Amino acid sequence: MTKRTIIPFGPQHPVLPEPVHLELAVEDGKVVEAIPSVGFIHRGLEKLVEKKDFFDFVFVAERICGICSFIHGMTYCIVIEEIMKIEVPERAQYLRLVWSELSRIHSHLLWLGLMADAFGFESLFMHCWRLREKILDIIEETTGGRVIFGSCKVGGVRKDISAEALGRIVKVLQAYEREIREITDVFIADGSVKHRMSGVGVLSKEDAYHLGAVGPTARGSGVDFDMRKLRYGAYKNISFAPVLETAGDCYSRCHVRIRELFQSIDLIDQAARKISPGPIEVKVSGFPDGEFFARTEQPRGEVIYYAKANGTKFLQRLRVRTPTFANIPALVKILQGCDVADVPVLILTIDPCISCTER
Amino acid sequence: MIEEQKSIHVTPAELVEKVQVFFNDGWRLVQIGCTRLENGLELNYSFDKHYQFCNLKVFVPLNTPEVPSISPVYWGAFIYENETQDLFGVKFPGLVLDYKGSFYKTSVKNPFNTCSEQINIKDIKKDLAL
Repeated sequence: MTKRTIIPFGPQHPVLPEPVHLELAVEDGKVVEAIPSVGFIHRGLEKLVEKKDFFDFVFVAERICGICSFIHGMTYCIVIEEIMKIEVPERAQYLRLVWSELSRIHSHLLWLGLMADAFGFESLFMHCWRLREKILDIIEETTGGRVIFGSCKVGGVRKDISAEALGRIVKVLQAYEREIREITDVFIADGSVKHRMSGVGVLSKEDAYHLGAVGPTARGSGVDFDMRKLRYGAYKNISFAPVLETAGDCYSRCHVRIRELFQSIDLIDQAARKISPGPIEVKVSGFPDGEFFARTEQPRGEVIYYAKANGTKFLQRLRVRTPTFANIPALVKILQGCDVADVPVLILTIDPCISCTER
Repeated sequence: MIEEQKSIHVTPAELVEKVQVFFNDGWRLVQIGCTRLENGLELNYSFDKHYQFCNLKVFVPLNTPEVPSISPVYWGAFIYENETQDLFGVKFPGLVLDYKGSFYKTSVKNPFNTCSEQINIKDIKKDLAL
């Protein structure tokens, strides 16, 4: 009879920058069951909305995550703007798109670096993060911040990007494109990297869909949805198709993120061509009354902000469903049947952000 | 408006049957959320299909905070139901993976099960100078 061993994985583990715990039931070196546990650092930020002015809460929303901070702030603004029926100026919508896509590029480069580090390719890890620094420099130049942008507000944006600066950013990104391709070619073509990821941690299209997986985790299994296709903000004026891969393994999820890097550069290029001069914000008066679910696409997938307001300056309820939270059931499925040695890599392929999850 | 968002009110007794219809029709479970109202709890079960959004609303009285689990239909729902159980104290009979209140390590039991209107009414009056 095969002996079953329980291996605790995390919350402290070299591959995990943030605390998540998995109880792995192992038989003959294979994981037969994985039970996740989160909540070690739950901050209760959703509850804070009851004591914080709805207009100022965008600063808290941005601090839910240090990687996709801008999109958190933007999605919060969208939910309030939808409830209050605020028409955001077109220029502000394009600027939001540019910062969203810059966030996606730096997040995916960060993930590629972490992935390289997880399978022991140190120099590749450093190259990925070297390029990420250049994206952060652009963000710093345009917003003044590298982690928290502080540039989004209810009714528009706080900062503008001049036409010259935007043109320069596009040129810089196009130059980076070559450098990024040199690095991503290693992920795609290198035999050892491919061997480490191909056929590992397969998630079928049906499982990805029914388990509620989102973002590159779902698209790597061929599930065709990307919340940017809801055409919120300036995305309604931009043409693109969701990046899909069908194998459903680690390699697929990696490949989706790599292709999305180049897609984001293209989206910024399209935005820079279409943006026209104009106001970047509208004056907001009154208090929100009603409810709405705002859905946007973060680097890790669909994020949902639900707000219920009762006509006062404090919201009655703010609910944030982050992509990592939605991907946990899929992770449990991915881990079933894998080798114990693959567990760290498999966890990384959903690009977990526990900071988001512990909002 | 970005998208039309349909809401359907159902009772706890009707919930699983309705959710099964959504599952059979190919809808994706997007999220389950809970809101504390003055006289009870309102649960939102959100679904998506081809970028269409539909929401089931279930009202639960405070004296019997219990809703049948939909995790036998949508297995991934266990994560949302455990979250709601820990933060709001709602029980989900039939939950496929029940952490029994230890999913979140909170220092206060059911920290979100307080009514915002009751808590903030003085602050609101003060801020609005009423």
